[in-house]
Amino acid sequence: MNATIAMITFRAMLGRRRALLLLLLPVLLLVLAAALRLSDFNDLDTSAQVMQRFALATLLPLLALIAGTGVIGPEIDDGQIMYVLTKPIPRPVVVVTKYAVAVVLVTLFAVVPTLIAGLLLTGTTAGMASAFTVGVLVGGIAYSAVFVALAVLSRNAVTIGLLYALVWEALLGNFAPGAKSASIQQWALSVTDALTPASVIDSTVDLAVAGPLLAAVTVAGVLLASYRLRSLTVASAE
Amino acid sequence: MSTSTIHDIGYRHYEGRRSGRGYVLRSLYVHNLRAAWGLGRPARAKVMPFLLAAIMLLPAAGSVAAFAFTGEEEALIPYSSYAVTLSVIISIFLATQAPVLASREIRFQVVPLYFSRPVGHLDFVLAKLGALATAAFALTAVPVSVLYFGGLVAKAPDSSQHLLDYLAGLVGCGLFALVLSAIAMPVAAFTPRRGLGVAAVIAVFMISTTVVAIVQEIAEARTNFTLQGWAGLFAPFNLVDIVQVRLLGAESSSAGVPSGTAAGLIALAICAALVAGSVAVLYRRFRKAGLS
Repeated sequence: MNATIAMITFRAMLGRRRALLLLLLPVLLLVLAAALRLSDFNDLDTSAQVMQRFALATLLPLLALIAGTGVIGPEIDDGQIMYVLTKPIPRPVVVVTKYAVAVVLVTLFAVVPTLIAGLLLTGTTAGMASAFTVGVLVGGIAYSAVFVALAVLSRNAVTIGLLYALVWEALLGNFAPGAKSASIQQWALSVTDALTPASVIDSTVDLAVAGPLLAAVTVAGVLLASYRLRSLTVASAE
Repeated sequence: MSTSTIHDIGYRHYEGRRSGRGYVLRSLYVHNLRAAWGLGRPARAKVMPFLLAAIMLLPAAGSVAAFAFTGEEEALIPYSSYAVTLSVIISIFLATQAPVLASREIRFQVVPLYFSRPVGHLDFVLAKLGALATAAFALTAVPVSVLYFGGLVAKAPDSSQHLLDYLAGLVGCGLFALVLSAIAMPVAAFTPRRGLGVAAVIAVFMISTTVVAIVQEIAEARTNFTLQGWAGLFAPFNLVDIVQVRLLGAESSSAGVPSGTAAGLIALAICAALVAGSVAVLYRRFRKAGLS
């Protein structure tokens, strides 16, 4: 971990209007949760649906994508990464620092709002709020690692990430059950499923499988990113 | 007696025909349309648009093949619901290509170079919006055409009805392209940072669709079908689908659609307002970017 790199990355991610976009998404979740609470539509079924579809399946991948690719992608694209890479800092330290920043951002803008929305919707019933918070957290940790690795590997990281999150996980999951099991979203849902006794949440993957897979994907993502950053060709921008 | 100014150092003046505003507009349009598909740019820029176009074609080709083998008409996807079914792919296409048109010049601060030539701000914006809309139209219209001509070759029954549906489907594709581009362009123009523009555009599409879907489901569970229908006005894909169903006689493919022709007219008015508002916002954005 390198404090200076972390600080620069935070400034790049949150500076000027950029924080606004990050803030807008969780605010919508909170507004929706508050509206449902006020209009008394917050029974356990509806709440679980809202939390699963909005917080876990939409908000989390989008925010992890913005944070994960945003911490390193733009710097590689415009060549600024050279100023970091030419310092005597081991490349794994650079990657781990950037990754940690991404995880902190996801925690701030996705995990905390999920907890608040969960408490707004269900209170402490069936441990739903805390179960979803933990699910979103572990999902965010894995997603961020994958997207950081993607950003180092490819210029089209954001689009590839979108294709994975929206086409593979959401669209193909409806047709091919196999694709559904091989998705971070399902693994995170399985963690949530294990933590709450509510029967409305049903995941297709067993926790004994999902847990190790989440850990493996996270470690593989960070290792791959560090490995690829060891020899990076910096081309001219576009 | 000479009335020359200090700038006139005696070179011969150009007295030929000038190509005029139409030529400027056409050139900008063609340039942006090519850029939207990555033509005239390195292979790296072509990968994504053509990959997405290929994904768009797959269901159409599969559907025609299934129809040719089984002869069952249900195998053919209805023309008007094609864009709704594949809304995610269209969203990703617009999210990746809108920043190519809207934010690249702002990011590298080269917009003033355009306006140092006789290019009007409005022409510039119209050319960009038109080019993205055309690119998105091609993305949806080509698979729909494949469906129609595939059905024609495989001898689908009731060909006159198919032709009508196909033409209505094309109008729907055009409206989809126009409305979605009008939403994507301003969002991309205000997020010039690379990668962030893509995420911002997709966030606008996905979040609105998800929120509306959740509201519609809750409304349906409470048997409040009026709310369920009207909530569709707040998500771009549902909005255009309302126009398709109520004014173009398509079969409904989204969750709830408000009843009556009036609903279709209101949805169409919202579409028009979106496009006009988008042009106005882009006009101001590029005028400001052109000053520096």
